[in-house]
Amino acid sequence: MSANIPDPNLLPDGAPVTGTASAAVTEPAGKAPKKDAGDTRHSDRGTSIWGEAFQRLRRSPMAISGAIIIFLFILVAIFAPILAPYPGEATPGMRLVTPTNIPGIGTPGYPLGLDNFGGDVVSKLIWGARSSLLVGVISTCIGLVGGLFLGALAGGFGGWIDTVIMRIVDILLSVPNLLMAVSIAAIAGQSPFAVMIAIGAAQIPVFARLLRSSMLQQRGADYILAAQTLGLGRGKITMSHLLPNALGPVIVQATLALATAVIDAAALSFLGLGGGVPQTAEWGRMLTVAQNFLSSAPQLAFLPGICIAITALGFTLLGESLREALDPKARKR
Amino acid sequence: MLKFIIKRLGLLLLTLFGLSILLFLWVRALPGGPATAMLGERATPEAIAAINKAYGFDRPILEQYVTYMGKVITGDFGNSTQSQRPVLTQFFNQFPATAELALFAILFAVLIGIPLGYWAAKNYGKWQDNFSVILSLLGVVIPVFFLAFILKWIFAVQLGWLPTSGRQDVGLDATHYTNFFLLDGLITAEFDAGWDAFKHLILPGIALGSIPLAIITRITRAAVLEVQGADYVRTAKAKGMTPSILRDRFILRNAMLPVATTVGLQLGLLFAGAVLTETVFAYQGLGYGIAQAITNADYPVLQAYIMFIAVIYALINLVVDLLYGVIDPRVRVK
Repeated sequence: MSANIPDPNLLPDGAPVTGTASAAVTEPAGKAPKKDAGDTRHSDRGTSIWGEAFQRLRRSPMAISGAIIIFLFILVAIFAPILAPYPGEATPGMRLVTPTNIPGIGTPGYPLGLDNFGGDVVSKLIWGARSSLLVGVISTCIGLVGGLFLGALAGGFGGWIDTVIMRIVDILLSVPNLLMAVSIAAIAGQSPFAVMIAIGAAQIPVFARLLRSSMLQQRGADYILAAQTLGLGRGKITMSHLLPNALGPVIVQATLALATAVIDAAALSFLGLGGGVPQTAEWGRMLTVAQNFLSSAPQLAFLPGICIAITALGFTLLGESLREALDPKARKR
Repeated sequence: MLKFIIKRLGLLLLTLFGLSILLFLWVRALPGGPATAMLGERATPEAIAAINKAYGFDRPILEQYVTYMGKVITGDFGNSTQSQRPVLTQFFNQFPATAELALFAILFAVLIGIPLGYWAAKNYGKWQDNFSVILSLLGVVIPVFFLAFILKWIFAVQLGWLPTSGRQDVGLDATHYTNFFLLDGLITAEFDAGWDAFKHLILPGIALGSIPLAIITRITRAAVLEVQGADYVRTAKAKGMTPSILRDRFILRNAMLPVATTVGLQLGLLFAGAVLTETVFAYQGLGYGIAQAITNADYPVLQAYIMFIAVIYALINLVVDLLYGVIDPRVRVK
């Protein structure tokens, strides 16, 4: 009987519920936008899943907006030293700031004003993009690599290896994601590095479970049977056949995980787990400090908050469009 | 059915057993050991030795675990290193606060999310649909604590309509029997106290409910879209069913299946997600307790609370799975 109870970790459309970022917009099957003649041409040529997905992404306004946001965000993060007028932790306007008067938007020389330390808000936001990108990419890589390793072991070999790994993953999934990140960060000490490890490690079970279920779906496929008939070894089949074909949902999840990571990083520094000095140029930290000046200088909270939301929006838009583009139900010709 | 419940509870026990080991090792993996973490800057070798002796950290790890579990079974989760009060007492003080908040948040999300999702699907591709899609995107990408800030700034700081923090006005000398403040207000007939507690719930509840709202809207929309295109709906329509019967008994009933699962999952997550919202509003619930425990390196509290939240999460999921049988007769038959 239990077999008929749906897996609580999977939504009906197969979208894992892993945190904040997994929800957005998925068109149901059959309601996909009408395709133009271009599609038939591609199918005739036998385009790969990825080739076709790319074609679909190019035509999706959601995907394009997401990609533009991400592109700008990455540019700002990379060129922060050139773009930002001041170093991240500098306090050039220290003399202009008093506890009762924090110059706001439009202050000469400081377009978005100063913060309570006398730091230039524009510079801090720009440097903040860099630290968000770092946290996002590194933590997602940690989650992805750890999850791929465990998931591939479990899904590729099955048997007792599968059972042991999945039991551990189930135990870890019994603790909500944010709480797990918080507990890991609490051990790892208070530093930006701890935040990355915590967010990444908290993602490992999610990726492991996702990859395994995706591999299990593939395992019964005809091409795997063909590979077995040809006498290929287990490791070879796992690495060169199962894994590449099972990666789609994992890549979607990774894109969405980047959005979650940016938000969670801010959340962890909000809880005081980020370490470093209070004037660190980091969006979550700026938001935390701004809490004390909510009535006199609300812009100090709004600006970094909006940056976090826009960045998360970029990754979410791209991730959701990618999910649609790779959805076999929507790929019907 | 009974067999299923017993099996699930058994699995839950196994999971908790595994989790207890992980958490136990986790506390002992703290840099410098738990004693250093607890003492912080006051960590002299003598103080560390004294703590190790007092808490038994100098004993072999297996022995420590057995001792710990022996106490846990009798309901003794140790004392908070901060207040020195039993962790369980603190939990029973704070749990009702979070339970009230989480229920308020999920009600808010369900009452708005399901109609909104349905409305969007009915108007697929029109502005109503786009509106709900954008709203659900915003709900997901705006950090909860940032939304909490915005709400607090507008409705508490600027307009002054609602209180900025806490669970109840301290000036109100309210009686508390259950620590569920709304319930207490009703039982004792101190309606002003109950109303005041309710006003303290609104802002944190809406902030906390924003994510479930987004997700429930999205799932309802997708489910209704799928169901309303189904053959049996077309057949029912052709047989002349009135729109309201069509909506209630054919479309919504079937579309609610995935929604029910989502609501349960989200409710479970709220108990953990409350850590941010409760901190912004200084709302004295489990999340606030966790945030305090992190700041003070209060590991007995953290260890126990993570365990309790895992139990709550698992029990809610179990209830949802059982309810699934009630909503969906197809699951019951097998």
